[in-house]
Amino acid sequence: MPQAGNILLEIRNVTKDFPGTRALDNVSMEVREGEILGLCGENGAGKSTLMKILSGTYPYGTYEGEMVYQGEPLRLSGIRESEAKGVRIIHQELALVKQMSVAENIYLGAEPARFGIVNQMKLYSDTRALLDRVGLSVSETSLIGSLGVGQRQMVEIAKALRGHVRLLILDEPTSALNDAEVANLMSTLRDLRSRGVTCIYISHKLRELFDIADRITVIRDGRVIGTEKTADLTEDMVIAMMVGRAPTGRFPAKTRKPGPVMLKVRNWTIKDPENRELYAVRDVSFEVRSGEILGISGLMGSGRTELVQSLFGEYGVEVSGEMEIAGQRCTVKSSRDAIALGMGLVTEDRKTTGLITMHTVTSNIALPSLPRLSNGPVVNQSLELASTGQFIEELNIRVPAIDATVDTLSGGNQQKVSLAKWLMTNPRILMMDEPTRGIDVGTKYQIYEIMDRLAAAGMAIIMVSSELPEILGMSDRILVMHEGTVAAILERDEADAETIMSLATMGAEMGKMRSDENAARER
Amino acid sequence: MGKPEIGLSVGKQIVAGRVRDNLRAYTMVFALLVIWIALAFATQGTFLEPRNLSNLFRQTAINGYLAIGMVFIITAGHIDLSVGAVAGLAGAIAAMMQVHWLPALGAAWGIEWLQPGWPTTMIAILAAVAVGTIIGFWQGFWVAYGDVPAFIVTLGGLLIFRGTILGITKGVNIGPMDPSFRGLGQSYLGFAGGMSLAVLAVAGVFAFALAARRNKIKYNLAVRPLWVDVGIAGIYSALAVGFVITMQRYRGVPLPVVFLIVVAVVFSFIFRRTQLGRYTCAIGGNLDAARLSGLNVRRVTIQIFALMGALCGLAGIILTARLNAATANAGNQFELNAIASCVIGGTSLAGGAGSIPGALLGALVMASVDNGLSMLNVQAFWQQIIKGLILMTAVLMDAKSRSSSS
Repeated sequence: MPQAGNILLEIRNVTKDFPGTRALDNVSMEVREGEILGLCGENGAGKSTLMKILSGTYPYGTYEGEMVYQGEPLRLSGIRESEAKGVRIIHQELALVKQMSVAENIYLGAEPARFGIVNQMKLYSDTRALLDRVGLSVSETSLIGSLGVGQRQMVEIAKALRGHVRLLILDEPTSALNDAEVANLMSTLRDLRSRGVTCIYISHKLRELFDIADRITVIRDGRVIGTEKTADLTEDMVIAMMVGRAPTGRFPAKTRKPGPVMLKVRNWTIKDPENRELYAVRDVSFEVRSGEILGISGLMGSGRTELVQSLFGEYGVEVSGEMEIAGQRCTVKSSRDAIALGMGLVTEDRKTTGLITMHTVTSNIALPSLPRLSNGPVVNQSLELASTGQFIEELNIRVPAIDATVDTLSGGNQQKVSLAKWLMTNPRILMMDEPTRGIDVGTKYQIYEIMDRLAAAGMAIIMVSSELPEILGMSDRILVMHEGTVAAILERDEADAETIMSLATMGAEMGKMRSDENAARER
Repeated sequence: MGKPEIGLSVGKQIVAGRVRDNLRAYTMVFALLVIWIALAFATQGTFLEPRNLSNLFRQTAINGYLAIGMVFIITAGHIDLSVGAVAGLAGAIAAMMQVHWLPALGAAWGIEWLQPGWPTTMIAILAAVAVGTIIGFWQGFWVAYGDVPAFIVTLGGLLIFRGTILGITKGVNIGPMDPSFRGLGQSYLGFAGGMSLAVLAVAGVFAFALAARRNKIKYNLAVRPLWVDVGIAGIYSALAVGFVITMQRYRGVPLPVVFLIVVAVVFSFIFRRTQLGRYTCAIGGNLDAARLSGLNVRRVTIQIFALMGALCGLAGIILTARLNAATANAGNQFELNAIASCVIGGTSLAGGAGSIPGALLGALVMASVDNGLSMLNVQAFWQQIIKGLILMTAVLMDAKSRSSSS
């Protein structure tokens, strides 16, 4: 039985270089038996590199320094070896095969088999045991594709727990989970801790770290800034360690002033493309002024993304309703029309729908603006380079080289590329779907500043966000969606986290009642 | 103060980036040289004699046209299995025009110039290119608007157009062609023509380098030192002149090769410098992102299939001219050579990235192996086996170099 408090893993003076950059600079830290160690740092701080060394993705010899695990030097040749030693990583991007069942996924590559023939009964009963352990009540034969994101995350954890596990590493496990699912994950982790599984929990979300971690280690620019007991820390202290300066507030001061109405939407309705009897969005009406940021809040699946994508002409086949831009009635049949009318859409998922990650930063930024950067059909490459360079400079996008491909950038910088691409089209209306998902605190603040600056210059901004602090911190008005309808449109002064949550979870009537009750009780 | 400095660092980085990008190309050139040297030794030098090199380039030409078009198709994330059949059909249409249809029409209407001669050669050429383009357009329409995978559309096309060839030629050879037509595939550029080609190439290379330089200066971007630009242009010019002189030592530059060079320059420009080329890469790189960026994905798809079709038409003309007849199995399996050339030349089958000079190098590698092994009297079945292995090895090396670099 492992002795709580003993050192399970020690990392000594690890340095890892990539051509042109030093990802880890003399990193030393220790993980104690049976603890949950929170690890945080901005994107690009070196967390992922460290975890890749720990899992054997970067084998021994490709870095300098030593690791000691259970009192012995740890010199890994690959992932298989780290798994055999009980080190498991759950990556940020889920790695499950949608077309296969829960059981098949969990035991993928380690099926209980004899002469290559899988023992189905053992497969299912072993899977059942693992699912029980993480408290997931789905059938072991259900297909992954039929599960929600939160359930998939739990399947990933169950998968990591197969066999002998000493050290579990979770990389941003909650970026796609709702609050209930997060709570479930936290209790599972606590349960695992009580059974002696040590855990490294990587996250940007400070609230979660403070909730679950015993100690917190902060990394910045490839160096360990410090490790402290969670009880001795405050959120502001951690942020200061992460960004290297005291936080001046998480949201910039407002410099914008709302002007005339820019976009007016009336009775916007979209049939669900997969089931024409249902509606993805129903009877949504709202307006946005120039110089205003309209926040759209709601649960996942409440129709927020569908709404902005359909306004951009790229969602749904049966869309009805009226749209007016700057007082002019208009119809948008495709993103081409939307762009011509001065709309831009920074999509929810920059990797799958926003950027062409294998192409250069320059060509990504220029893509929607190419007609303007061309003489006839011929692209003026010097003009392209000069104009995109301006945005790279203006948004402070950190690129290793001007012709670097997008996949070499950190998440925050990728998001800025996504933003630059639309700013270059010079839009009047900018829709941003989860503008700061999965990016670090420092870059978040920069993006908020940019948003305020754009609105101050007269742009109308629609921001879809799942993060309540962001909605409350950045919006001038807040539209709350519930099951495809508008639950309420709130002025900033009348909105608080509780009101929004109850509107989002229960819809207009129930939510209103609930918040009135709350207000009454407070009085 | 800030701007020019940014420009300067930007410029330096571009030079470094180009070198890195070109590393792949250098490996390709190196591999080709190794093959050439090996074959030269094996044939006691006959392989590198101007006569054989001339032959080699002529053999490369037809596959070259198809490979150029295939770069667009594969980069956009599609595939075209019908190019051999379309080239064969276009060649058959050209032959039927000149040998049967136009003379019959001329006889019926009493028009003298519809008998074989240069006017009917012109008509036959236009007809072949038109047929290729229309077929490409049609197949592109199926892919773009029908949402049928290109693999299926062009597999269907392969059968349809093979059948059509059999139908219109009735399985017999259609020929002979008029000398003006035959010459397109069989004749050579004379001394004067060759020299003017060399001069034109040198002038073009320098004009292009200087225009690019001037444009950079105009937008405040850093430029390489003048001597570097001049040096690079000089190397390309020397290669061009060397090529023309080598060809001159046999009979001159073969006409199909002249056309190939022109087509390659034009299509490289389209691929790298125009919106169409950029959009092709974007669609293959990330279809959703391309669509959400306002690209007219369907139009681009149809355009590249139409371009591919036009190039098939061109290949068909040269094919018929070289054989001095259209045959029922002309162009058989050419699609496989074209795809292999692209892949050897670094075009990613996953889409999003491709190279026309690379595809031409790939075509040259394939033709060199064919040519060299024939000279060594290696039996035909061995040639196929070796080419298959070369294709697989090229992709293996590419995959390994990619995984180690990332």
